[in-house]
Amino acid sequence: MTPRVVFPNKILPYLLVAPQLAITLVFFYWPASQALYQSMLREDPFGLKSQFVWFDNFKKVLSDPNYINSIEVTAIFSISTAMLSMVAALILAVMADKVVRSRNLYRTLLIWPYAVAPAIAGMLWLFLFNPSIGSLAYALRWMGIAWDPLLKGDQAMVLVVMAAAWKQISYNFLFFVAGLQAIPKALIEAAAIDGARELKRFWTIVFPLLAPTTFFLLVVNTVYAFFDTFGIIHAVTGGGPGKATETLVYKVYNDGFVNLILGDSAAQSVILMVIVIALTAVQFRYVERKVHYG
Amino acid sequence: MATVDLKDVRKVYAGGVEAVKGVSIAIPDKALCVLVGPSGCGKSTLLRMIAGLETITGGTCAFDGKVVNAIGPTERDIAMVFQNYALYPHMKVYDNMAYGLRNRGTPKDEIERRVHETAKILELSHLLERRPRELSGGQRQRVAMGRAIVRNPKVFLFDEPLSNLDAKLRGQMRVEIKNLQRSLGVTSVYVTHDQLEAMTLADILVVMNAGQVEQLGNPLDIYEKPASTFVASFIGAPPMNLLPVTDVKFSDGTVISAPAQATTLGFRPEDADVTQRSSGDGLALDATVEGVEPVGAESFLYCAAAGQRVVVRVAGRSSHELGEKLTVTARPEKLHWFDSNGKRAG
Repeated sequence: MTPRVVFPNKILPYLLVAPQLAITLVFFYWPASQALYQSMLREDPFGLKSQFVWFDNFKKVLSDPNYINSIEVTAIFSISTAMLSMVAALILAVMADKVVRSRNLYRTLLIWPYAVAPAIAGMLWLFLFNPSIGSLAYALRWMGIAWDPLLKGDQAMVLVVMAAAWKQISYNFLFFVAGLQAIPKALIEAAAIDGARELKRFWTIVFPLLAPTTFFLLVVNTVYAFFDTFGIIHAVTGGGPGKATETLVYKVYNDGFVNLILGDSAAQSVILMVIVIALTAVQFRYVERKVHYG
Repeated sequence: MATVDLKDVRKVYAGGVEAVKGVSIAIPDKALCVLVGPSGCGKSTLLRMIAGLETITGGTCAFDGKVVNAIGPTERDIAMVFQNYALYPHMKVYDNMAYGLRNRGTPKDEIERRVHETAKILELSHLLERRPRELSGGQRQRVAMGRAIVRNPKVFLFDEPLSNLDAKLRGQMRVEIKNLQRSLGVTSVYVTHDQLEAMTLADILVVMNAGQVEQLGNPLDIYEKPASTFVASFIGAPPMNLLPVTDVKFSDGTVISAPAQATTLGFRPEDADVTQRSSGDGLALDATVEGVEPVGAESFLYCAAAGQRVVVRVAGRSSHELGEKLTVTARPEKLHWFDSNGKRAG
């Protein structure tokens, strides 16, 4: 064990961590406690009077079939987005790792989408797949698929998942490429001499050694799908058709800022916070066990 | 169990750099062939071409007379021990050793039998459940050996396998590798830059320089009759003394018959002697002691002679002092002569 560090000055250490503490307090604990407080208030839309109702908001939210639906939507959306973006990124990274000539060019090009703002990425996909003007929608209909994400919930879901995953692929790609580069070439060569063909080498050597990267990305992508995809959903479907693509975050926004049911919205964001904390804890506790760190 | 035949093997990289410039070596069955040379001489590239890890851009590599140029490393039925061992860090020792057998579809009970057998030979039995990072350097080396042996391949390839070990362990493993190779009787190619390793291990020694074979043969033959100044200075520690013939002064008036084209004279430190007076026969050089290196059983005297530095081995403890004047002598049959191209003359 490292010996405990003792500072001769009693005040200076606190002074030095004060800025960080202040930022955390002001931008994290204060809003979080506000949300917690508001989740137990019932307010009228104009904010003129409010009433402390304890856990009534939570009871109401959790018994709302729309909210249960939103949980399902979020689960499907998050799992699909994380899977799609990670699988696609891994395939691209493995391919890019094999390129010998102008590999930097390929990598740069593949990293570009990350610089695109979520709403812009959403618009891009919206235009491509717009039933009346989208070129890809035209191609889909030509192939005999009745494409209409404006009316069909599952198609709308496919569209937002693709848009959300597409944006995250670059980020995942970057980490997978770095992870692949960290695997010594001699290991791959040893496996080849040991009689393992390419696919076998990937599953028995490369993939297990990538596990720390994969695990990290799983956590990041889940959080991304939960929180950072608001812009995409807002731009592409607005949560519709019906409530087919209304994720938890989108519902928080919709109930709070559109419908002005502030108490409900606050209660939902508290639940959301608990879900993400629980999810991350579970990931660290169970998935990380299977991860082998070098 | 195979012969390995290299015929005019070449390696030209995409940039036009020629790393191996036409190497031909015939390794008989069960022989241990050591490739030795300074770094960058192409010995590792040659080994990797035999393994199939590098493409052969010219010439042929054949196992048992069958050309394997177009066959990948997976199908060549070879085993290789890497310099940094390349053990799979996420697998236990057992799985590291079983991996190659599993890939070749060996039945489970046979894998178990063979892994345990090999582990016993290498004294690894108590380590089978550990992971590579929980092992010491020497143990990792053994696992790497075990992974190669357990498969019972046609050819063993060793790429500087002992260079990451400390001197004592290196000595032990050298003996063990030699004994194992003998008892298993597997044709082996061993790459090293350590001339001591090369001398002690080799059945066939190949001295390489700048992508070419400088000399090939029995290690002691090479030691006794180096084909060039390069081999003379590379094999043997300390290296052979090399003096330009024009600078050599024969103090006694002794006539040594130098071959016609000889421009360089060489003699081994252990073939020379130091006396106070010249002995009359052979080479006699006036020298001044510049340094004494006692190694225990022997001492090395570093002397200035004929404008060069000359090393002489004397048995036991040396009584010579710095600045002492003496004569370095060597018997005529122990002298080596080289021509202006550095090749052996006479």
